[in-house]
Amino acid sequence: MIRSAAPVAAGFAIAVLLQLAAGSVVGPFAVKLLMDIGINVVLAVSLNLVNGFTGQFSIGHAGFMAVGGYVAGCITYYGSFLLWGGASVRPGLLSGGTLLFLGACLVGSLVASGAGFLVGLPSLRLRGDYLAIVTLGFGEILRVMLQRTGDVLTDPASVKGAAATTLATSLGGSLGFSGLPYYTNLLWVYVFVTVTLVVALRLKFSSYGRAFLSIRENEIAAEAVGVNTTRLKVRAFVLAAAFAGLAGGLFAHEVGVSLNPRELGFQKSFDIVIMVVLGGMGSVSGAVLAAIVLTLLPEALRSFSEFRMPIYALALILMMILRPQGLLGLREVWELPWLRRRSAGGGTETA
Amino acid sequence: MTARTPSGRATQIAAVCLLAAGLTGCGGGGGASAGAGKGGGTILIGHYGSMTGSEATFGQSTDNGVRLAIKEVNAAGGINGRTVDLKTYDDQGKSQEAGTAVTRLITDDKVVAVLGEVASSLSLAGGRVAQQYGVPMISPSSTNPAVTQIGDMIFRVCFLDPYQGWVEAKFARDSLKAQKAAILYDQAQAYSKGLAQYFKEAFVKLGGTITTEQAYTGGDQDFSAQLTTIRQTAPDVILVPGYYTDAGNIAIQVRKLGLTAPMLGGDGWDSSQLAAIGGSAIEGSYFSNHYSIQDTRPEVQNFVTKYKADYGRTPDGLAALGYDAARLLFDAMKRSASLDGKMLAAAIASTKDFPGVTGKITIDENRDARKSAVIVQVKSGIPTYVTTIDPQ
Amino acid sequence: MTKFLQTLMDGVAVGSLYALIALGYTMVYGILQFINFAHSDVFVLGAWLSYTLAVAFGYAAAGAHPPLAAGLLILVGAMAACGLAGFTIERLAYRPLRRAPRLNVLITAIGVSLLLQNVGQLKWFFGTQPQRMPSLIDDKILAVVAGVQIHLVDLAGAGTALLLMLVLDWLIFRTRMGRAMRAVSHDTAVAALMGINVDAVVSFTFVLGSSLAAAAGFLYAMKYPGLNQPAHATWVLLGLKAFVAAVIGGIGNVRGAMLGGVLIGFIELFGAAYLSPHLRDIYVFSILILVLLLRPSGILGKAVAEKV
Repeated sequence: MIRSAAPVAAGFAIAVLLQLAAGSVVGPFAVKLLMDIGINVVLAVSLNLVNGFTGQFSIGHAGFMAVGGYVAGCITYYGSFLLWGGASVRPGLLSGGTLLFLGACLVGSLVASGAGFLVGLPSLRLRGDYLAIVTLGFGEILRVMLQRTGDVLTDPASVKGAAATTLATSLGGSLGFSGLPYYTNLLWVYVFVTVTLVVALRLKFSSYGRAFLSIRENEIAAEAVGVNTTRLKVRAFVLAAAFAGLAGGLFAHEVGVSLNPRELGFQKSFDIVIMVVLGGMGSVSGAVLAAIVLTLLPEALRSFSEFRMPIYALALILMMILRPQGLLGLREVWELPWLRRRSAGGGTETA
Repeated sequence: MTARTPSGRATQIAAVCLLAAGLTGCGGGGGASAGAGKGGGTILIGHYGSMTGSEATFGQSTDNGVRLAIKEVNAAGGINGRTVDLKTYDDQGKSQEAGTAVTRLITDDKVVAVLGEVASSLSLAGGRVAQQYGVPMISPSSTNPAVTQIGDMIFRVCFLDPYQGWVEAKFARDSLKAQKAAILYDQAQAYSKGLAQYFKEAFVKLGGTITTEQAYTGGDQDFSAQLTTIRQTAPDVILVPGYYTDAGNIAIQVRKLGLTAPMLGGDGWDSSQLAAIGGSAIEGSYFSNHYSIQDTRPEVQNFVTKYKADYGRTPDGLAALGYDAARLLFDAMKRSASLDGKMLAAAIASTKDFPGVTGKITIDENRDARKSAVIVQVKSGIPTYVTTIDPQ
Repeated sequence: MTKFLQTLMDGVAVGSLYALIALGYTMVYGILQFINFAHSDVFVLGAWLSYTLAVAFGYAAAGAHPPLAAGLLILVGAMAACGLAGFTIERLAYRPLRRAPRLNVLITAIGVSLLLQNVGQLKWFFGTQPQRMPSLIDDKILAVVAGVQIHLVDLAGAGTALLLMLVLDWLIFRTRMGRAMRAVSHDTAVAALMGINVDAVVSFTFVLGSSLAAAAGFLYAMKYPGLNQPAHATWVLLGLKAFVAAVIGGIGNVRGAMLGGVLIGFIELFGAAYLSPHLRDIYVFSILILVLLLRPSGILGKAVAEKV
């Protein structure tokens, strides 16, 4: 059933429903939280492709998010100026503005996947630990480069007169890239969430996915049975980077967000890593659940914000010692034994 | 999650219920004061600042100043009989949190006005939300010009960096008689980059020359490479337009390298930790600031006395600005026919010669404040008043 | 000439600190084959503990003239405390995972690192404000060579670092314990068969590495008295650069770590002085990428083929 169109349709239907109804039911702040959840789901599920499926250790995921976000933001912002003389939102489901936004997100995703290729190809040939350091270094280099970009141009005349390279390097520097039109809404977030989930699940339960998991279990044995480990690792990495870039594009156009290089670094990468680890590396629904919980928890515990990091860190250590498979391990929510026993005779197909 | 089996569907429904419960919990939690905004009852205002993180003193000082102002106005009968209440959110020094905090203040807690932030990048993030929802926001200390350019709901009560850069250049040329200046700025902070840029323009215009511009990244400990280069150019004054956290370290190394030229900084130096870290190295250096505690004006002395009584230490520039921002807001509220966003914004915009601790504040057509800056010198660890420089 | 000499001096000073930290990384990697991400946080702990001890002894007051012995006492105290910390971390967080997949240990290491950083920032510990390390050595200018001032503090720092490295070298290559360490890093299973207590060796390695990191922290605080708050990004970056030093020298190779440390110090400072100070972090990471691509085993390391 996972290969049918039903899940995709269901996902899109939920997205439409949320967009139409959520605002009036729960209020604008909760809507923003829902969008945050959706974006974090995409980030966690995509990192799961690398950390969970192939067992590699990437801690620079936020770097790809930054690449996608900045590229998408740059296109939407300066594109809006060039086309319509200003960066305000042009409402409407498929208005010019929305199409520009969607196109920008896709381009951002593409560029992020290119970055993923550039980073992944050399480093995935080496021992696993080195990938961690290289991804960390990549995140740092990216941060430094972004902080050196020029001021954001704010009047139409200077935008029209500027060369393309100037526009590409006027990303706000350390002040951040603010002023992006708020195109992200529940509909687009959850459409992309659906796409991510369907891709991840279909991948997992395919021969591709089996190959990924074999690399994770025992790389040498996988190589011995003919799995081209390097090529597959790079593919997983590039795909993950593409989705992270997409999430970055959505993030950049969200209400109240201003892209800042300092905040898309190691700290953010770690936030995503902890979602994947707690949910269970290799479990798509685990990553989803963890993303939901870890987006809502800081908001609910606002008064204890200074304990957030120590608690996360402690949770991580204890998790690794006591229950390294995380909440769900490799299984999906519907594969849990206690659920299976419940549906007597119903049968759970897993492929 | 896709529901492919009855049990899977059950789990999905359970998850959605959990989610909904969580959201309504979050949504309803702050709603206790909903409806108290515009009609009768308490007036709720919001403040977002960095209470934790590397610049924690910024947010804490500002919050103290705001709270003092609220205490005073409530003791004097409130605003048209209504008491004022404050909701403060910590943004941890991150712009994403700033945006979330302001969104929550406006949509969840339903504040009528927002105060914040100190760091310009955070004011930009929060300001866009305030502008979107039509709620006036006053920044106590963001000096980057881009902040008030967001829209007609965003104001500030401090001077701008272009003005501050000019003030420093004027002081360097006129009082320090400096002909050559070297700059060491923080490339990771837009504030520092901007201030360096504005100083350079003004200094050159006043006839001076910039010998070299070197950069560091905030938090760096080793400045030997940059300072060695600076030393070779033999400047008369060294501009260090960064935060206090780095200024102290830089001062130590400047003196260690044998550079005797005086150092000059901006309002980012204003913190009790500056002298604690810089020690004897920072003695005698100058910086531009919003006010000085030695100012003999009664407003200043009253404020210093009251602040000391409540918080046990002398107020820094940020506390004074927080105090002024809140009082200016209350003044506007009293003058405004209603607390509706647009009307309140109009009342704030028409503020003229408001007697603030940090000087007479007039809000100009760009929603910025026209006021003077002071130059202080670090003497025995205490910023001591040197001179005031008025705008041209 | 002045600039060159000054940069050279600073390069040696900073490089020797990187070397001290890199030693800890390389020893643990040699024995357990994993990157101890929490190592740089032990370095930070050492720096902040030195500060706390100095303040506790009353040296932060203006006009305090601590005797020379005070500095040594604080150094030893910090080293001992961090050695204990390293021992505890290994015992509680890493030993249970000795047989677990590598990924798990890496994640745990990151967890420990973040725990140390963020707990250190709580108000009951070191707090979130930068503080000034009291000076324990009267800063005298010993000589001026070609316009470059040679400070007592710098010389003492570099000298202490060198001394510690010599002691370590002697320990590893001329004592029984050192032989045991080298045996375990060569082949753990066979070493155990030979009667070596692997657990004891591992613990000893951690204690050794952590005390060296603490010494580096103390020396760092002496050289750069303005201490940033424990969770500040600059500490992480420093630790990272020390790790790069270990990799460049040949990870698992003790002398390689020392060489790598000094090299990285030179690259960073000469790059900042002669190329552009804006990109100083990038130089170090670029070198890392180059080395990983061209000679992953490092300068003094041996290329080990993976036997199936």
